[in-house]
Amino acid sequence: MENITIISKGKVTAIVGNLVEAVSDGPLIQNGICFFQQNGKEIMGEVIKTEGSKAFAQVFETTRGFKTGMDVNFSGSMLEVHLGPGMLTRNYDGLQNDLDKMKGVFLEPGARTYPLDEESVWQFTPLVKTGDPVSAGDWLGEVPEYHIHHKIMVPFKFEGDYDVSWIAKSGEYKLTDTIARLTDSAGQEKAVSMVQTWPVKMPIPGYREKLRPGKLFETGVRVIDTMNPILEGGTGFIPGPFGSGKTVLQHALAKQAAAEVVIIAACGERANEVVEIFTEFPHLDDPRTGRKLVERTVIIANTSNMPVAAREASVYTAMTIAEYYRSMGLRTLLLADSTSRWAQALREMSNRMEELPGPDAFPMDLSAIIASYYSRAGYALLNNGKSGSITFIGTVSPAGGNLLEPVTEATKKVARCFFALSQNRADSKRYPAIDPIDSYSKYLEYDEYITFAAREIGENWINKIDFVKNYLIRGQEVNEQINILGDDGVPVAYHEVFWKAELIDFAILQQDAFDAIDSNTPLKRQKYMLEKVIEVVETEFGFDDFNEVRDYFKKIINLFKQMNYSEFKSDKFEGYERQLQEMILEKTAVS
Amino acid sequence: MKARAFQKIYCRLTNITKATCTLEATNIGYEEMAYVQGRAAQVVKIAGNKVTLQVFEGTEGLRNDTDIIFTGRAPWLPLSDHMTGRFFDAFGHPIDGLPAVEGREFPIGGPSVNPVRRRQPSELIATGIAGIDLNNTLVSGQKIPFFTDPDQPYNQVLALIALRAKVDKIILGGMGLTRDDYLFFKHTFEQGYGQSKIVGFINTTDKSPVERLLIPDMALATAEYFAVEKNEKVLVLLTDMTQYANALSIVSNRMDQIPSKDSMPGSLYSDLAKIYEKAVQFPDGGNITILAVTTLSGGDITHAIPDNTGYITEGQLFLRRSPDVNKVIIDPFRSLSRLKQLVIGKVTRKDHPQVMNAAIRLYADAANSKTKLENGFELSDYDRRVLRFAEDYSRNILAIDVNLETHEMLDETWMLFSKYMTKDEVGIKQEFVDLHWKELQPA
Ligand SMILES: Nc1ncnc2c1ncn2[C@@H]1O[C@H](COP(=O)(O)OP(=O)(O)OP(=O)(O)O)[C@@H](O)[C@H]1O
Ligand SMILES: [Mg+2]
Repeated sequence: MENITIISKGKVTAIVGNLVEAVSDGPLIQNGICFFQQNGKEIMGEVIKTEGSKAFAQVFETTRGFKTGMDVNFSGSMLEVHLGPGMLTRNYDGLQNDLDKMKGVFLEPGARTYPLDEESVWQFTPLVKTGDPVSAGDWLGEVPEYHIHHKIMVPFKFEGDYDVSWIAKSGEYKLTDTIARLTDSAGQEKAVSMVQTWPVKMPIPGYREKLRPGKLFETGVRVIDTMNPILEGGTGFIPGPFGSGKTVLQHALAKQAAAEVVIIAACGERANEVVEIFTEFPHLDDPRTGRKLVERTVIIANTSNMPVAAREASVYTAMTIAEYYRSMGLRTLLLADSTSRWAQALREMSNRMEELPGPDAFPMDLSAIIASYYSRAGYALLNNGKSGSITFIGTVSPAGGNLLEPVTEATKKVARCFFALSQNRADSKRYPAIDPIDSYSKYLEYDEYITFAAREIGENWINKIDFVKNYLIRGQEVNEQINILGDDGVPVAYHEVFWKAELIDFAILQQDAFDAIDSNTPLKRQKYMLEKVIEVVETEFGFDDFNEVRDYFKKIINLFKQMNYSEFKSDKFEGYERQLQEMILEKTAVS
Repeated sequence: MKARAFQKIYCRLTNITKATCTLEATNIGYEEMAYVQGRAAQVVKIAGNKVTLQVFEGTEGLRNDTDIIFTGRAPWLPLSDHMTGRFFDAFGHPIDGLPAVEGREFPIGGPSVNPVRRRQPSELIATGIAGIDLNNTLVSGQKIPFFTDPDQPYNQVLALIALRAKVDKIILGGMGLTRDDYLFFKHTFEQGYGQSKIVGFINTTDKSPVERLLIPDMALATAEYFAVEKNEKVLVLLTDMTQYANALSIVSNRMDQIPSKDSMPGSLYSDLAKIYEKAVQFPDGGNITILAVTTLSGGDITHAIPDNTGYITEGQLFLRRSPDVNKVIIDPFRSLSRLKQLVIGKVTRKDHPQVMNAAIRLYADAANSKTKLENGFELSDYDRRVLRFAEDYSRNILAIDVNLETHEMLDETWMLFSKYMTKDEVGIKQEFVDLHWKELQPA
């Protein structure tokens, strides 16, 4: 913001909504940032199309009061973020303004705030010495930022090879102090501080290659970890009609997932939902480090009443910050709620520009835009042989809850996990409403994961998952039969299958996101419970009539639920477990 | 919003369509208000020196050599305490036969609240209606619509809730209201609390539909005035938002925008969000709660209007007639209050969340049993019990004519559990069962 150069000037010629046309007296850059001069305020916009000397800009704030003839300054940079220590715990808007630094209760147009703390002092430790060869993304030193060793890297904008000509000694430095000087092959020396900038629409380079994910990314959500696992550096998405539980699920992931850094992009959704995070995260503990959750979190809030054009920026800002932390070798989780709002923002602009519309009036290149965004996530092998990851999970809000719509279809092509929320399950309060049959994780077929699971979870883990999934399908088929033929019209054994599938549903799939214990199930406990459930499913009971089956399984299910609500292996837990064993023994002994 | 003498005047329209007109003018601000032949209008497009205005009262009978007066500012409203007890039209002019209100002028449709300045909503708004208080608890600072077929008594329900809610101000935004409904609200509120609480902005069906577009902003600017300047608790009633959205589509279609689903403008989500997101808990104690009505056509909630609304609001309340008990109920299946988590089991009794969920699960079982019955299958003992449970539950809990305290609602539900179900069948945490189960003779 402070060192932006103006490359040309212009005058506004037309205004419709937040699309503004201006004529410039000099060069223009596609996606260049421009500043409209309104009564002493600078309102920011982005050039999204040029035609000769004409620039079409999307304005990031309200255009109320804009006039033709207004001055506009075109800059030589694209939308950039500032990257450096001190981003954790912060709440940014879509353009990385620090919301806490803004004055007043209402957001005033043109207000901009610096995303970091310029005066902050950091305890720097060098990781290189004079003479070391380095290139973009290499670690020059580190500073502690809460629980992480925040790496100070060779700026990603530095192309080519450098030698370290000077590196600061261990000690306290201000954010903008020079901590290293690097010399390029032509002998040119450049100073490096702890803060750098990067254009959000470009992926951050500076890693060796991306690898196929292989390690489980634990979330504590049973229907994900056990049934449809997501991996470190993996991608997934959660489509679902309104009210089906997308946000609750994302918040659960933000709280529980095994990430070192969590970036949350609230993209065109409710302000109260970010307020919930602001309010709760400073008090909640990270289950792994015992530190406060807020300390591993960065929030990018472009809520639905904030400017539409900044909505697009918000998802890119979030991704760029995630890439920055990944380059430090960290396990990063990026959540975006909802990517449909971003697509809608693209649609609004594309319609205003009178572009040829694609399906449902979305821009023709929607699929390509979504694909290239998802491809920025992943498991990266860094130049120094260490690795870092961005696990990305976005939500999709399909119009009318119909999954055959452009955003869902485009996302399905690129995301590897599909956590489809079903209206029926949500209506019957079977939360999380992830449909056990329609949902999938492609990672279950990855050799890397199969090997990992066999080694880290259990020999036959994948077979068990297959068994349970197939059982659920059988349960559904049998249920349809019962509904057609009536309780009496089918063999009692059908009822047994149905109720065993219900047991899997109630004990494994359903999970109370608002219960302190049930909400987060560590993998070990998930395994224990899954095996316990399979044991019951595999038991042959031999019931006499269907009423008996129902009554019996209602009791079994109730015991499992009580177990889920109790501290693992506590006296209470074991008490219910004993009751369960007795019930089973009693029944199998009789028959 | 009144024209003033010293403002810029033009006298030639180059183009007139059903909702807009265009003229050549310079130095005009985007979204500026103007008067065309005395009719309120707003700048919606500027291209070079061509300025397009949306004429709120319609363009019928406009002459192309008429006077066009620009006001030099975006729409505004004079606000003061004297507004209470008063009813205005979409432009803020009194419609109750009393003189205009003087006040400080505020822009309408102003900036959004910085999310970090918001506070988490935490105060329960009791309505006495168990379909709301027990199953879909309302919290101040929340925004929630009724989803209802047009033949349901939604305006009566809205008035009833407003009368029972403990708030400082009630702002009614009426869009496409029949005159009868307007008078119903006016009389109900005047009898309820005289001049002290209510402010109305009313667009009746005899007025132009485009005028409606101003109603929510008028109502919410007024709400912000009381909530921010006076730290008051304000309840805003918006009825009927479907009529608002229809007006949006009229305007955008006439401006040749590419319609998206159901001929609604592609910006419908943002347009509605800007309104509903005005619901807020301010740091200094004031708050704005929005209770709206979205009428459905043929119960279709996948239509773009209810669909986009559902994605924005913090839940929805389904109003329908239950044929089983012949009463209007709040349907527990599709109704939802997303903020209830913030108060149930915290402000209310600890067993509240589990009781609520268990009862709804049984109600769902009853729906299955009913299907069985209708398909001619034999009912099991469980089916019969659960059906009887559902009937009592509809009558004593879901019907909108109950008026109970929340703990009475919980006790009543435990009573029904104990009457028809066994302890295992309700699936509630043991400690609550131990505490609240009523030992009755099996029914
Ligand atoms: N796991 C869960 N456990 C208990 N209740 C849940 C769960 N998930 C969702 N709910 C209930 O459903 C409501 C809606 O969930 P949520 O806000 O996550 O929906 P959403 O899919 O994000 O909707 P929208 O698209 O409108 O944002 C919650 O307020 C809560 O009452
Ligand atoms: Mg959501």
